[in-house]
Amino acid sequence: MTERPLSPHLGVYRMYRYTLLTSILNRATGLVLSAGLILLVYWLVAIASGPAAYRGARQVLSLDVLKALYLLLLATFAYHLVAGIRHLIWDTGHGLERAQSKRSAVLVGIASVLLFAGLAWWALHARGHA
Amino acid sequence: MSLRSPLARVLGQGSAKEGVHHWWAQRLTSVALVPLGVWFAVSVLSLPALDHATVTAWIGQLWTAVFLILLVLTAAWHSQLGVRIVVEDYVHGSGAKTLTLALVTFFHVVVAAAGVLAVLKVALGGAS
Repeated sequence: MTERPLSPHLGVYRMYRYTLLTSILNRATGLVLSAGLILLVYWLVAIASGPAAYRGARQVLSLDVLKALYLLLLATFAYHLVAGIRHLIWDTGHGLERAQSKRSAVLVGIASVLLFAGLAWWALHARGHA
Repeated sequence: MSLRSPLARVLGQGSAKEGVHHWWAQRLTSVALVPLGVWFAVSVLSLPALDHATVTAWIGQLWTAVFLILLVLTAAWHSQLGVRIVVEDYVHGSGAKTLTLALVTFFHVVVAAAGVLAVLKVALGGAS
């Protein structure tokens, strides 16, 4: 076991390479969204536990630190969604040339920022409160 | 050039056909999560309020409950597949790796079961 190759040693890579950056961001945002899934199920269980329990849960869910987490979740959702679609297009065998991949990386960056901005604006203005 | 392993060549056998299961399940769940994720974000942001009566009425609608259950199941499956790769990459030592993978799988099953049961309970009117 000890003699087998280990992967990947983050320290030896140049982090600013777009290939590495888009890939590791997709993985990192996926992990954040996994944490978001726990939050979603906590919310659903709180609703199912009745009005009194839900009132208590809402006090927890409206903590400032969690509001910051919701914005982070919107950002990670936007990135993981757009980057995931890029992966699905790759899986059809398209867009794999270096120039195309470079262009789609930039496109993923722009599209995810725009999507996040739109979602965040909506979230902050929905129901008249943050 | 043959890509077969020496053992497979000797035995005259090809792959056991299960090698792409993880890859394929990840693709299927990601395709399903595109509409489910967008639907969830739009629906929650469109809710007029987040008090108990409003969210209960929302989940009480048949298709809301159906999509919520599909979202929880698909997201839990996709998350398990993804976290599994991260563990396989970064947790070293076969004992620690196997234990972590087992815990990750158990945890995702619990999350999925709790989410589905919660939606069913609300949808069937048990949360008022």
